[in-house]
Amino acid sequence: MKSLEELLAIKAKMQDKVAVRTSSGDIRVVVGMATCGIAAGARPVLNAFVEAVSKEELGDRVTVTQTGCIGICQYEPVVEVYEKDKEKVTYVNMTAERVKDVVEKHIKGGKPVTEYTIGAAKL
Amino acid sequence: MIRSHVLICGGTGCTSSHSHEVINKLAEELKSKGLEDEIKIVQTGCFGLCALGPVMIIYPEGTFYSCVTVDDVPEIVDEHLIKGRIVQRLVYNDTGDKEPLDKSVPVSLSETGFYKKQHRVALRNCGVINPESIDEYIAMDGYFALAKVLKEMTPDDVIKCISDSGLRGRGGGGFPTGRKWSFAKASAGDKKYVVCNADEGDPGAFMDRSVLEGDPHSIIEAMAIAGYAIGADEGFVYVRAEYPIAVKRLSIAIEQAREYGLLGKNIFGSDFSFELHIRLGAGAFVCGEETALMTSIEGNRGEPRPRPPFPAVKGLFGKPTVENNVETFANIPQIILQGPEWFASMGTATSKGTKVFALGGKIKHTGLVEIPMGTTLREIIEDIGGGIPDGKKFKAAQTGGPSGGCIPASLIDTEVDYDNLVAIGCMMGSGGLIVMDEDTCMVDMAKFFLEFTVDESCGKCTPCRIGTRRLLELLNKITDGNGTLEDIDRLEELCNYIRQNSLCGLGQTAPNPVLATLKFFREEYIAHVVDKKCPAGVCKNLLTYVIDQDKCIGCGKCAKNCPADTIFKTDYVAPGHKLASYTIDPAKCVKCGACLSGCKFGAISKQ
Ligand SMILES: Cc1cc2nc3c(=O)[nH]c(=O)nc-3n(C[C@H](O)[C@H](O)[C@H](O)COP(=O)(O)O)c2cc1C
Repeated sequence: MKSLEELLAIKAKMQDKVAVRTSSGDIRVVVGMATCGIAAGARPVLNAFVEAVSKEELGDRVTVTQTGCIGICQYEPVVEVYEKDKEKVTYVNMTAERVKDVVEKHIKGGKPVTEYTIGAAKL
Repeated sequence: MIRSHVLICGGTGCTSSHSHEVINKLAEELKSKGLEDEIKIVQTGCFGLCALGPVMIIYPEGTFYSCVTVDDVPEIVDEHLIKGRIVQRLVYNDTGDKEPLDKSVPVSLSETGFYKKQHRVALRNCGVINPESIDEYIAMDGYFALAKVLKEMTPDDVIKCISDSGLRGRGGGGFPTGRKWSFAKASAGDKKYVVCNADEGDPGAFMDRSVLEGDPHSIIEAMAIAGYAIGADEGFVYVRAEYPIAVKRLSIAIEQAREYGLLGKNIFGSDFSFELHIRLGAGAFVCGEETALMTSIEGNRGEPRPRPPFPAVKGLFGKPTVENNVETFANIPQIILQGPEWFASMGTATSKGTKVFALGGKIKHTGLVEIPMGTTLREIIEDIGGGIPDGKKFKAAQTGGPSGGCIPASLIDTEVDYDNLVAIGCMMGSGGLIVMDEDTCMVDMAKFFLEFTVDESCGKCTPCRIGTRRLLELLNKITDGNGTLEDIDRLEELCNYIRQNSLCGLGQTAPNPVLATLKFFREEYIAHVVDKKCPAGVCKNLLTYVIDQDKCIGCGKCAKNCPADTIFKTDYVAPGHKLASYTIDPAKCVKCGACLSGCKFGAISKQ
């Protein structure tokens, strides 16, 4: 180790790997992973979120977790996004493709993607 | 891409409750379900809650599972890791509140009663990182303190920073660390050493082991910082050979630090070079005493030498040496990074920062806790430790191991710091805290520690070698029921003599358990010599087992259980019973208690 820069580089490389354990996560992305969710393809959705959060270096703000049955099986995969002091947003019929939009527009941009939300699906 | 981390404790406590089998099973399950690329298993150091091991924590949810067995693993994988449903029956969520929480509400580790009042500085990475990965340590700001010291601070700045923080030695004596370093820096010499005392000889203490097992790099980093501050280029860690996991992890850590150039020549491109070696101790208590420890590292029999000269002047191989305890070192990187004011903001006027205690004895949550100095004994025992099991009453807490004293129930609101403990005739010691309930005999407790010091006295000086043996004989006489009131006076006189005349700390402090129990529990000694009774019902020779003739139904089970054939049938048939009752011959009774534990009718008691 010759310089502080080298040390910082290792830290940066690792941060991502330990963030799961330390991030307080202002934003929580919760993927429904009950049997119905998994059957409908929730796992690729979960993994797409994890990858996107890492790629966009959002690890210190965003926690991606899973939960059991949310109760609206016909709309699975279901994803809920919780943000401090904001109303919960529920996305339905999610796909890995849609995840990109949600990360880009909602998580980074702050604007929920209305057309994927449960409100839109019910119309 | 990893979405979840499963942390499993690989410390000594959980290893002995088979955490390795759990880890292997988990790896197998993840593989068979094709989850290896999504879920990572991390073996960590001690979480602290050893009584409930093996413990497991799953992130990002932070779910804390306790007492996990191999058979639980498939359920954890299927339910939690695949479906996201928490396995409620394994969740530990004792928040210490009166109303037990609904198990379906998982609480995070930091909300549990055991952790809520803790404040982790020395243990900050234990149970959080994989101790065998230098990269994870670096991710937690590891080696940034060393970088800061080498790039931005002079040795005097470092010493001032440590002095200002108020850090005092955690190995027992409580000597100000900054002052110790400044003495060693001031000593002239072309060669100096830094030594880490990881001998941890107090029975019941295991915080140093846990730091080495859970966060070995913090010790390496701190020793290098000490080396820079005093002008040393070489260090030794003296660790007892009974700590194989600690030794292994420390060896791996040293190897990794060398590879990264964090040990060796010209660290961070500076002029500073530092090398580190491990020396294994054979587990003699006296080798934890600093001068005996150095003698042992030099390859000689571990015996203490008179001080002065102090190690800072003439230490290892006759060179100026700084010797600190593991926990002392573990605080150093954080003090450098967060500043002396931050550290000094915790604790009391004269004792800054936190202290790690190994909770043991009659307490619900045995384990390792780190709390700000000045936390009351009541908070430690009742809130963090979960209180005394089986509804028994708290009697006293023993601190400082064989060199320490005890805090009686009447002083349970004492704020625990160096000076408060000394003021009541006790001492902090290295942080073993053994909780005793009403079933503990204080004379027997003092005897236990005396037996230890008699065994461990190195024999070099007479007051300790012979004096402690005579003390033990007097205690035996008292617990055997042959003591007199004069013996209590003799005990006190001998204690003071040994204290004043022994060569090293071992002898000087060996009488403490006797003196402290005499001070707070003198009436128990008097009961032993005058009434010939052991109030707690522990000292065998002062006990008699008796059968209540009117309660005995005459089943004869006790007579069958008695290994010494001392129980006989009488001619007496109690009113309402059909068979004649039994009785014990007190002269032949060996007091094993087999009759008492076997009697279903409550007819036998000890008096
Ligand atoms: C008999 C005896 C045993 C000791 N055992 C230990 C020990 O196991 N670990 C330890 O750190 N200090 C032990 N000490 C205290 C050391 O002599 C020394 O004061 C201490 O390691 C200094 O480090 P510190 O200033 O960081 O506390 C012992 C002292 C005596 C007298």
